[in-house]
Amino acid sequence: MSGLAFRDVTLHVAGKKLLGPLSLDLAPGAVVTIMGPSGSGKSSLLAYLCGTLDRAFAATGSAMLDGTDLTGVAPEKRRIGILFQDDLLFPHLSVAGNLAFAIPANAPDRKVLVDAALAEAELDGYGARDPTTLSGGQRARVSLMRALLAEPRAILLDEPFSKLDADLRGKMREFVFAHIRMRKIPCLMVTHDEADAAAAGGYILRL
Amino acid sequence: MLRLAPPATLLIFLAPIVAGLLGTALPAFGWFPALGGHEFGFAVFARLFAQPGLGTSVALTLFTGFLATALSLTLALAFCAAAYGTRGFATAQRFLAPLLATPHAALAIGFAFLVAPSGWIARLISPELSGWTRPPDIATIQDPLGLAFVAGLMLKETPYLLLCLVAAIGQADLARSLATARMLGYGKFTAWAKIAIPRLYPQIRLPVYAVLAFALSNVDVALILVPTNPPSLSVLIVRWISDPHLDLFLPATAAGLLLFALVVVSIGVWRLGEIAIAHLARDWLTNGERGSRGAIRNSTARAMLALLFGLAIAALIALAVWSFTLSWRFPDALPDRWTNANWLREAPSLAAPATTTLFVALCATAIAILLSVLCLENEIRTGKRATKALALLYAPLLIPQVSFLIGAQTLLVRLNLDGGFVALVWAHLLFVLPYVFLALADPWRALDPRYARIAACLGASPLRVFFAVKIPLLLRPLMVAAAIGFAVSAALYLPTLFAGSGRWTSLTTEAVTLASGGDRRVLGVYAFTQAALPLIVYAMALALPAFLYRNRKGMA
Repeated sequence: MSGLAFRDVTLHVAGKKLLGPLSLDLAPGAVVTIMGPSGSGKSSLLAYLCGTLDRAFAATGSAMLDGTDLTGVAPEKRRIGILFQDDLLFPHLSVAGNLAFAIPANAPDRKVLVDAALAEAELDGYGARDPTTLSGGQRARVSLMRALLAEPRAILLDEPFSKLDADLRGKMREFVFAHIRMRKIPCLMVTHDEADAAAAGGYILRL
Repeated sequence: MLRLAPPATLLIFLAPIVAGLLGTALPAFGWFPALGGHEFGFAVFARLFAQPGLGTSVALTLFTGFLATALSLTLALAFCAAAYGTRGFATAQRFLAPLLATPHAALAIGFAFLVAPSGWIARLISPELSGWTRPPDIATIQDPLGLAFVAGLMLKETPYLLLCLVAAIGQADLARSLATARMLGYGKFTAWAKIAIPRLYPQIRLPVYAVLAFALSNVDVALILVPTNPPSLSVLIVRWISDPHLDLFLPATAAGLLLFALVVVSIGVWRLGEIAIAHLARDWLTNGERGSRGAIRNSTARAMLALLFGLAIAALIALAVWSFTLSWRFPDALPDRWTNANWLREAPSLAAPATTTLFVALCATAIAILLSVLCLENEIRTGKRATKALALLYAPLLIPQVSFLIGAQTLLVRLNLDGGFVALVWAHLLFVLPYVFLALADPWRALDPRYARIAACLGASPLRVFFAVKIPLLLRPLMVAAAIGFAVSAALYLPTLFAGSGRWTSLTTEAVTLASGGDRRVLGVYAFTQAALPLIVYAMALALPAFLYRNRKGMA
């Protein structure tokens, strides 16, 4: 079966339960929002799904992506993309360099893919620029494009809009969700902003 | 594999030091079959204590060691108190790196060129101000109290402690605490003394101990600046070891242990002093005295530091001037005839020690960077900080070099490794690694871990994350650490002498050897080259990331 699913995921830290047990099924194209206060383990759940959970945490339960068990799979083999509240563009690479970093090594026409991504982000001709010369909104769009260029089979959003200016946030939500729906991949967002959940428009799980 | 990095590093590192100390201790307690010693006892110590002048040497060592450490620390703290947050503080910071990259010996030689009776300062004030028409008969260097030695040590140790303080200030959120104290009516200096010092001192404690150990046991600066008869204990030991008759070898091993004991006890005494001061200051911290504005105190501290930095820079200029001198009559302020002949004449004989210096420094630095990076990566991947174990990296900085190098050398002879390039690089690594690790640790740990995570989520393998993300992001601290490692190695005297068994000469050993001779022009050439090499490497290390990332503001 396709999509992202996890069963009875429980996270412990220092012997105390942080989150769970939690089970969810996300069909391709579905957007699910998890809402909860800070410290409720939302971000750790995403790290668990990515395979980058800090060793201080103990996790039980299982996660499946497109029918394969993710247990023990290295982060770089999972093909799960993630966006944080910071754009985390690599400061040593140009805008195009950041996008090219994400394209699988064997893909032909890397330059065409980069240019197409720049066009989608309404940033034609910005490829050679230093990421620091872009505005916050532009950087956020590059960050999303970078995540999508890696051809993820699911995408996770970790409070992706919380650091943007209020007037930009609405536009960015539209941009992000439009692009994710176009790709028809499951999307799991964690946030504590009700407006994020409303914009996502899918199922909302409150912790 | 990565897991083995910290224990392997410590093993490469500590095993030889422990073995070296044992190698010093066994003959000191009578066990040295090669010289017919088969019985444990205190006979060697008895011979040591019977040496004439030993008491004076020990007294000189303790006096200069404590004075140099106390003055360096006081000046560094007072300058921070007086200048923190001002433009002067930022200016001073810019001078720190080049000063620290300059070898001790070069600074000491240049300092001697300045303050010797026939030095530049005497020439500048003669005959108009002083009335001297020939060098006065005053011991301004190699003075019986060792004050020139203290000043020579301060030239390097004050900037070093200042650098440690700057790093500690960066970690503590001092600005707001100090602002709060100022709003409560505390003067700048008093606010610093009551708020900042109690929080900063614990962070610079180990560096202070390292300075104390260094001041008590240093050989190269001492050879240039301490009185010759009797000299400080460390110089005495080196003199005995290099004596062609082996009579004094056994007392030298006992003296090596004595110096080790002196350093251990001195650090203990210093610790007790810290406790006493903390105890005495407890009421003072909260007695509400705000302190006057302290303008005189502030300007004194700033003037003293400016004087110290000025002396260091003038010392380097003196080296350069002498290297281009053909003749320079005494009371003249400048040489009357200049020449490049000194350089042309010495160039062929400079080549070998310069090459040795370069290669040993590059090898030791490369190994140190590799080991440090492996340890730090292991720490990040396992999430376990081996802080306590890695504190042992400080050991070579706290143990007198001569104390374990005597034993290490006999060990190397036994293993037939003495005088080999491997032994030389290893001996340098002992001192390069702690500085490289310390320089890398903070930036490495401070790198936002999400860069590596997001790269992994984009499909990058751990190796690609390491080489395409972490190394480029940390290129600047890597280069700075490499430059520091290079400077440390280039400056090492005793390890080169001992592990090299006299078969390898570096710029430092050559300069120190020449310093006991007379020709300032030749010495100027060697000491200036010795100072210039690490400075050039430092400039290149800073230039590379600046050039590569000239269009990347986020990498500044």
